[in-house]
Amino acid sequence: MAANDPTGAQSAIVTPVRDAAATAARDRAAEYLVSRHRFRWAEALPWLACIAVFFLFPDRLTFGSQVLVMVLFALSLDLILGYAGIVTLGQAAFFGIGAYTVGLGAARLGWTEPVSGLFAAFFVAALAGFISGWFLLRYRGLTLLMLTLATAIMMQEAGNLGSEFSGGYDGLPGLVFDPLLGRFEYDLYGRTNYVYALVVLAVVFYFVRRIVYSPFGQALTGIRENVRRMHAIGSPVHWRLVTVYTIAAGIAGVAGALFTQTNAYVTLTVFDFENSAKVMVMLILGGTGRLYGAFLGAAVYMIMEDYFSKLSPTFWQFGIGLLLVLAVLFARRGVLGLFEQFGAYFTKEKSKGAKP
Amino acid sequence: MTAALQVQDLNRSFGALNVTRDVTMTLERGARCALIGPNGAGKTTLVNLITGVLRPSSGTVLLNGEDITALSQAVRARRGLARTFQINQLFRGLSVLENICMAIGERDGENNNMWRSAGAKRSVIDEALDHLDSLRLVDDALRLVRELPYGRQRLVEIAIALAQKPRVLLLDEPAAGVPSSESHLILDVVANLDPDIAVLIIEHDMDVVFRFAREIVVLVQGAVFTQGTPKEIMSNEDVRAVYLGQEGHDAVQRGGRHG
Repeated sequence: MAANDPTGAQSAIVTPVRDAAATAARDRAAEYLVSRHRFRWAEALPWLACIAVFFLFPDRLTFGSQVLVMVLFALSLDLILGYAGIVTLGQAAFFGIGAYTVGLGAARLGWTEPVSGLFAAFFVAALAGFISGWFLLRYRGLTLLMLTLATAIMMQEAGNLGSEFSGGYDGLPGLVFDPLLGRFEYDLYGRTNYVYALVVLAVVFYFVRRIVYSPFGQALTGIRENVRRMHAIGSPVHWRLVTVYTIAAGIAGVAGALFTQTNAYVTLTVFDFENSAKVMVMLILGGTGRLYGAFLGAAVYMIMEDYFSKLSPTFWQFGIGLLLVLAVLFARRGVLGLFEQFGAYFTKEKSKGAKP
Repeated sequence: MTAALQVQDLNRSFGALNVTRDVTMTLERGARCALIGPNGAGKTTLVNLITGVLRPSSGTVLLNGEDITALSQAVRARRGLARTFQINQLFRGLSVLENICMAIGERDGENNNMWRSAGAKRSVIDEALDHLDSLRLVDDALRLVRELPYGRQRLVEIAIALAQKPRVLLLDEPAAGVPSSESHLILDVVANLDPDIAVLIIEHDMDVVFRFAREIVVLVQGAVFTQGTPKEIMSNEDVRAVYLGQEGHDAVQRGGRHG
């Protein structure tokens, strides 16, 4: 592949006289861009941790799959907020649409096959994302924040008005889904669900990773960094934003569908403002604009919520609030940013030691 | 031969305020034109009208003979109309190299690709490095733009526009805010631009204008006051009056404050 081709090809094409130092500077710069998307071993850590949880905490796997669902949800928000800079408080709309696509499919249409349900949820949520994004993404900032918030509330109210069909706030309890791939029954400990959620997360993560490191992903970062310049260099900004908003809506829909399938029930609370806000807090906690920020943030938030609510069932939100304040004060780039700082510190110390 | 850029009877008003009035001007291929005029003459507004940031109230803009008045800014840019900004508009959190690749990617449609990795197309990176090479920015290629000194950021501002391979280039005060010790870097770049590109430069420094421009358009209160060769403009009494009037006014104010 051309990308892996060493420096030889380039110096053969570009002939102008250039001294060795300049050529080296060029190669170093090119190498950075060429190798940036490559797999790094540190990336294996979160996935290994997920596998370890399966064996180490066999009685907490139901909770574990809820964490994975939220990671997926946070990932969808990271794509639009962290990379494209779209500030939204309505991501729960698409999570809810996905959740209800699968829920209503099973309860009303008898569509109980889980994997095809995920695909259906993706397309329905993506369609909703495309339509609402086409109208809303002309706006930015606070206006967009309010409009996306309104979208989620409208979805919730629509569900409430049609409560005979949707089940309203009582929800659709006791949904039954087919065994996974026709073979794996859902067990009491949630082992099937955990593996199912982990595999779905890994597949979606792979796609998101490709998008983020692609030229399209770079263009999204450009829109976040300076939208005026993007217009000036000829970028179809609105199209780019609608495209990524649609994809992110689809992913949020998959997360919602997994939520319904792993819980075997769904109520209108999935559309709650709290759900949109929570996923944003997770992302900020973990670190926006970085792939594993969603991973870390969702995990830290969910585990802390679990811990604090056991510690004090009435005041657990105080703990979460304190965590967020600490993150904003001392870890502006999220928990992941903290790790990176430590990492940079230690590599500096090491190189100091090597060259005294 | 059709002109690279033609502006015909362009008007723009904000409410009762006419900021652009019946402006007609032509840039031939390879033109070196300076747009001058006192503060508030509507120079930047004219650039915004030409590039499509603003829509004119009336009048037309032609790029290589085609009417682009109704087209969006992005479409105009893809057809070969590039600009720089008076105040830097850069991707500050990205490296210099990424800033240039961004422009190349949009020009080639490469940025529509969602699957290939951004570094996979070596030709894009090599071209970006060539652009940086010609502006002597290769050593800064991997530095974040926001870490560069202002003068270098100004160079990146121009480098992005050049990476668009424009046929018409609008430079809005390229040396503005740059300390005089560094401004020669930018002026050298401006002086050595590809002779095929039609260039319109807004500039206050008359030394730069007379060194660079082969024709000068003087804008006063939104309208073309006069246009001609540098020689004609220099010897034009009315232009002197406009500028001297301005300076005389400033001098009086200064005197008033001190006295």
